[in-house]
Formats: sequence, structure tokens, C-alpha cells
Amino acid sequence: MMKDVNVLMVGVGGYGVILASDGMAEVGMENGYDVKKTDSLGMSQRGGSVVSHVRWGTQVFSPLIKKGEVDFLVGLEQLEAARWASFLKPDGVAIVADVVVIPISAVTGKIPYPDWDKIKGIILQYTDEIHLVPAIRIAQEADNPRAVNMVMLGFLSAFLELEHNAWTDVMRRRLPPKFVESSVNAFDRGLQEANSVIEAREIKK
Amino acid sequence: MKQLLSGNEAIALGAYHAGVVVATAYPGTPSTEIMENIARMDDVYTEWSTNEKVALEVGIGASYSGVRALVSMKHVGLNVAADPFFAVSTTGVVGGLVIISCDDPGEHSSQGEQDNRHFARIAKVPMLEPTNSQDAYDLMEWAFNISEEFDTPVLLRSTTRISHCKTVVDVKGERKSDLKKPSFMRSPAKFVMVPSNARVRRQVMEERIIKLQAYVEDFPLNEMLLADRKLGVISDGVAYQYAREVFKDASHLKLATIYPFPSNLISRFAEEVERVVVVEELDPYLEDEVRRLGIAVTGKEFIPIIGELDPEIVERGAIQAGLLQKTSGPASVPVSPAPQLPARRPQLCAGCPHVAAEFVLRRLGFRTTSPGKELKEDEFIVTSDIGCYTLGVYPPLAALDTCACMGASIGTALGLEKAGVPNKIVAVLGDSTFMHSGITGLIDVVYNQGSNTIIILDNGTTAMTGHQGHPGTGISAKNTKTQAVDLESLVKGCGVRDVTVVDAFDLKSIESTIKQSVANNEPSVIIVRGSCPLHTRAKSTPYKVDEDECIGCFDCLDVGCPAISILEDEAVIDPEVCTGCGVCAQICPQGAISESK
Repeated sequence: MMKDVNVLMVGVGGYGVILASDGMAEVGMENGYDVKKTDSLGMSQRGGSVVSHVRWGTQVFSPLIKKGEVDFLVGLEQLEAARWASFLKPDGVAIVADVVVIPISAVTGKIPYPDWDKIKGIILQYTDEIHLVPAIRIAQEADNPRAVNMVMLGFLSAFLELEHNAWTDVMRRRLPPKFVESSVNAFDRGLQEANSVIEAREIKK
Repeated sequence: MKQLLSGNEAIALGAYHAGVVVATAYPGTPSTEIMENIARMDDVYTEWSTNEKVALEVGIGASYSGVRALVSMKHVGLNVAADPFFAVSTTGVVGGLVIISCDDPGEHSSQGEQDNRHFARIAKVPMLEPTNSQDAYDLMEWAFNISEEFDTPVLLRSTTRISHCKTVVDVKGERKSDLKKPSFMRSPAKFVMVPSNARVRRQVMEERIIKLQAYVEDFPLNEMLLADRKLGVISDGVAYQYAREVFKDASHLKLATIYPFPSNLISRFAEEVERVVVVEELDPYLEDEVRRLGIAVTGKEFIPIIGELDPEIVERGAIQAGLLQKTSGPASVPVSPAPQLPARRPQLCAGCPHVAAEFVLRRLGFRTTSPGKELKEDEFIVTSDIGCYTLGVYPPLAALDTCACMGASIGTALGLEKAGVPNKIVAVLGDSTFMHSGITGLIDVVYNQGSNTIIILDNGTTAMTGHQGHPGTGISAKNTKTQAVDLESLVKGCGVRDVTVVDAFDLKSIESTIKQSVANNEPSVIIVRGSCPLHTRAKSTPYKVDEDECIGCFDCLDVGCPAISILEDEAVIDPEVCTGCGVCAQICPQGAISESK
């Protein structure tokens, strides 16, 4: 039986959260899951926070994931990952890109942008499994600096049961042709990064 | 074929397959994508109408010719279209006429929250409601059929969480091929609503509702699911999904026909279960209907009346009401006090053509008085409107005093003036909003001899909803060239003599023009013109801060540009984000900001 999966993807408007969560939803449907995916974005084109709920399951009712039931929190931006950490279930996994987008309120206001240690501390209240992914470097190495979202999808895919092709087939169909190769490349490198992290952990154990 | 579709995509595809021939809309979140999707389909005339009232009137005309027409709008759009909405309920239709209202519980992107299920009842128009994209797709065919069979417009209500949620749809049909040819049959008794004819139609309306009441009792998309008989849950829309998620073992009744209400079905369901509860977003609409049938029911005692629901809210309410044990889910996650994190509010973009004008208004209008205090006489009052520029209410711009509804800025300004406040009053609105409903306010100012200054921020698009065309742009809904309405001539034609066009990125010109206009004792219009950089994707050489010259005064932060931040007590500009508009360089007292070489 296929395992239900609840993923919360969070980030900032204009940084690819929607494209990544749309892709993930499509991958789920093509592989036999019931799927729901919804975004909370308000007026997000103007740089607000963006939250996508992606649910795979045998029968999915609510499009919104309940607090405390997120299996994977995928943060395409660090502050947003901290903001939504409370949605994680206790043994959930936080996967955070090393992307920092400082909001205007942190520039002019009283609360500064928290450093990674502080963000990690916040997420640690909800789960022990936190991965900070060097997604900016990986995307650059893949020749597609904007493909941080694809790096993160690749990293996430290492934790899910579907095969590599299930993901890349959808990418090849959905993305504009000129971005396909570099996006698949970014995805693959994200997957490799996850595999090496997982492998290192197995050895430690 | 299975497809993953948002509610809006499903509505568009369902309407297309049902043979819609004319589709109209004014953009408004969360409804906009319905028309954007239909505009991509062949054999359908689509338009961005000037406003929702016009959109519906065009739909009515098309329906009178015998073809199927679809009109979509956000919840507050139906307020604008209320007049023709009631009118077409009276005349009835010829070709199927379906009106989509997308409500926005939680006000994700709206100036207010309202439950448009009430509109169906007061206008006596049947209403359907989907619980996911499959329903949305399927209901379109039903909606058009009901419209034609019962000689009535049909209202289909979606909400943000239906419209903007992708779910799996089994797409069964394809576009009808036997579409009716348009032709107009003269029938004054039906189409000309003079009182003598309207009185006859009133009878028809009431008879229609009685027939529909019988019809909805067997409507196949109302679904009864009998499981544990201790609890029976009645729900509609996305609330049905939350109800299924939270009350896993209970019996459920899903309602797709909201008006008229399937009374016998409800009574039958109530007889099958020991206790009836209603889970619905916003007002106790279903709950009141159930209670009217003499059935004991629990609803708003445990489900909030305000805002969007989610499974957590429904579960919490259910536990409080004793409907659920507190065992389900890992709700006991340890939580220390919520950390203080900097907010990420939506803000005007780098290179936004609204920024300079709002910055000048703040500076020129003094605006030193805090909220809650009476204004000093030399301060400006700035009445505003619905659009991206409304974000200028937030610091650091903090340039706006009012925003009520589409087009209200101008009338509000005139009202303040005529009431006799001593301050200078400036109305600010966008080009699309001006076309939508600002123009009638402007004519009122001219006719009634106001002396307001009206600033039209002309960014050449309807930006907030994602860059749709409007009459001033010369671009149609199908992205083809069309006749552009010339804003300057239009304003002059309304009788405004003092009309000036200024460059949206030229602080000095904006400032001197506003000074002149407010001193003027007649209506003035200033058109502040500059393209939306998100729309045109234009980017010129980015600017940079000379670190030797920067004294760390941070005046440049007062424009609230996302490209500017502080690094080690000096301002820095992110060249990736900067579009090169140069507004910050005009503010810097040190002349420390210039184009990168």
C-alpha cells in the first residue's frame, strides 16, 4: 500500500515554490495517488510569504494539512522554514535551502533577521531531523541558478518511494524546453546530495 | 482522462465542454484564472469587461440570443453586478447563463468578507456549490442545463480554497458540437421590464422556485453517506472536505444545491442519525435552513463565523462541543512561546511606478500626525482605492488614509471636501480601477464643482491580479490588439481642465505638479505614468551605493524598496533585484547613489 505523504513547501513569492509544488502534485497523480495541492499566498507576487500544501494519499479530503501532521517541511527560504516549523509532526523532516531573503520589516523594524543557529533552534522544537541544503551552490553547479526549487525537489525525492523517472518525466513535460536539461541536472544533484547525507548518517549509526 | 486541475481551471473546462460561447469577467482574486483559462480556448468570445456590472450585462445580451454565457467575478464583484443580477432573475434567460462568484473567506486578497450564498436567496436565483475540482467541472454542465430548463440565471459559488486548490478530475466530456445559432426572438413581455411586464415575471419567478425545489431533492451531486448513525454532518464547499477529514466515522450529507434547499433530503438524513451538525464557512446559512425545518442542529456554536476554516479549527471546535474525543492526531507537540520572527508583508516591488508618487504624497502632505489624532490643517488627506498601490498604507510609505471599495477614492474625497474639512484632499487610484468605477466619481466631482486632486497611477495594466488588460491598454483578453481608450482625452472629456501627465520615476515633476494641483481651486487630474516592471520585465542598469559617500542616514529606506537593505551601517542595493528606476538616487541627500558602471 502506498504511504500517505504530507509536504509543506514554504518560501517567498517569485522564488519557485508554486512551480515545485505543482510538479510534486502532478508526479503524485501520475503515479496513482489521490492528490490535493493548494497555496496560501495572499498578495504574494509582491514578496509576501508563500505556502503550498501538497498531499498524496489513497483518498485525500482536506487540501490543507493539519498542524502537527506535516511529514516534510521544504523551506525554499530559511526564515519561512522557521515560521512554519510548528506544522511538522514530531518525527517529521525539515529540509531547508540556504536561501536568505530579508524582508523590509527586518531592515527597518525592531526584529532582525535570525541567523541559522536561531532558525535551527526554532525548528528543533518540533523535530530532530533538519537538513540545511547548500541549494544555491548546487543550482549554480547545475548551470541554472534559479533552479533552487528543483534542487530541493531532488533532495526531497530521496525520502519518498517513487522512482527517479517518475519525477523527471513530469519535469520534461512541464518545463519550457530550454530549461529542462539544467533543471533535471539540478534535481539530480539535489538527489545525490540527499543520498550522500543519508549514507553518511547510516555509517554513523 | 485524469487531470490535475484547480477549481478555476475545472470551471473553465467544464464551461467549455458545456458549450459556452460568450465569457466575460473583471479580474479579481480568487476568480481571475477562470477567464484566463477560457481565453485560451477556441470558439469562445472572451472579454475583460470594464467592470462586473458590464460583464454581466454582456452575458445577459448573449443569453438573450440563445447561446450559453458565463460571467465570473470575485465576491465583491457581485455587489457591483447586483443590479443586472436581480434584473436577469426577473427576465429569465434564453441560452444558459451561469454567474460564478468566488468568495474569499479569510480575506486572503480582499477588502472584506461576505457570504454570497445569501445573494441566491434574495435574488431568487438557484445556486450550486462544488466541494472540489471534480464537482466544479461536473456542475458546469448541470448549471447550464438548469438555467435553460428553468428559464433562470444560475449562480455557482466557489471560494478561494476551491478555486485555488488542485485536485484530480476525471474529464469525461468534450466540447458540445450541436451549439445553438444565435438569434433574437422579439418578446417584450419577457425582455422589457416595465412594471406591467415585471409583475407577470414575478409570478414566473415564484413558480420557478417551487419547481426547482422539487428538482433539487434528487440532484445527483447531493450525496448522503451513511456510516456511524450517532452523528450526521451536513456541509458544503470545501468545508465538506474538512468535515470528512475530522469526522472520519460519522454519516455525511454533502450539499451541492444550496438554493433552493433540498428540504426532504435534509429531513430524511436527520431521521437516519441521532444528532445533526452543520460544518460551513462564514454565515450559518445551511444551519438556519436546517433549523427552519424543525430539526435540532449544532453549527456556529463550535464553528467560527469569521474567516477561513481548516481541519484544525474544525477539530478544535468538535472537541470543545464534545463531538470528538481528544485522542486524534499528535496535537500534543511541545510548543514554547512563539518565536518573534520578522513579518513578511506583501510590499510594492523594486521598480514599482507607484512608489515615487506615494513617497511624494507622504513628504509633501507632511503626514506627521499619528493614527487616532486629528490632522493639522496643512496635512493632506489621501483617499485611496483597490490595487497594488493600497500597499502604500504600510510603513515606510504610510501614505494613505482610506480604502473602501473599487472606485471609492474619488467620491470619498469629494465627500470630505463638501463636509468642510480644511485639509487638501488627494484621491489616488490606478488606471484599471479608474476605468472600472472611478470615472463616475470623477464626473461627479466636475458636475458638483469639487476641487480635489485626483492622481491616476497609470501602470498600463491590471497589476494586482496578474496583469490583465483593461480599456486603456489596447490589449484584449485574448492578447490581441484592440482600440485603446485614451486616458487623457477621457478625463478631459469629463470636463476636467487641469490635466497633467508626469513620469512615474521623476520625483521633482511629481512634487511640483501635485503642489500646483492642490493649490488649484478646480478639479485636477494628474496621470502618473510608468510601466509595471513585473509586467514588462524591463530592467535597466542597476544602481549602487558609493560606500565612501554614504553617511548611513537611510533616507533611501523610506521608499520601501525590496532591493535596498542595510549592511554594516550603510545602505546597499542588491543588483539582482534593482530594476534601475533611480528613485532612490533622487532621494539620497549625499548623492551617493548612482547607476553602476
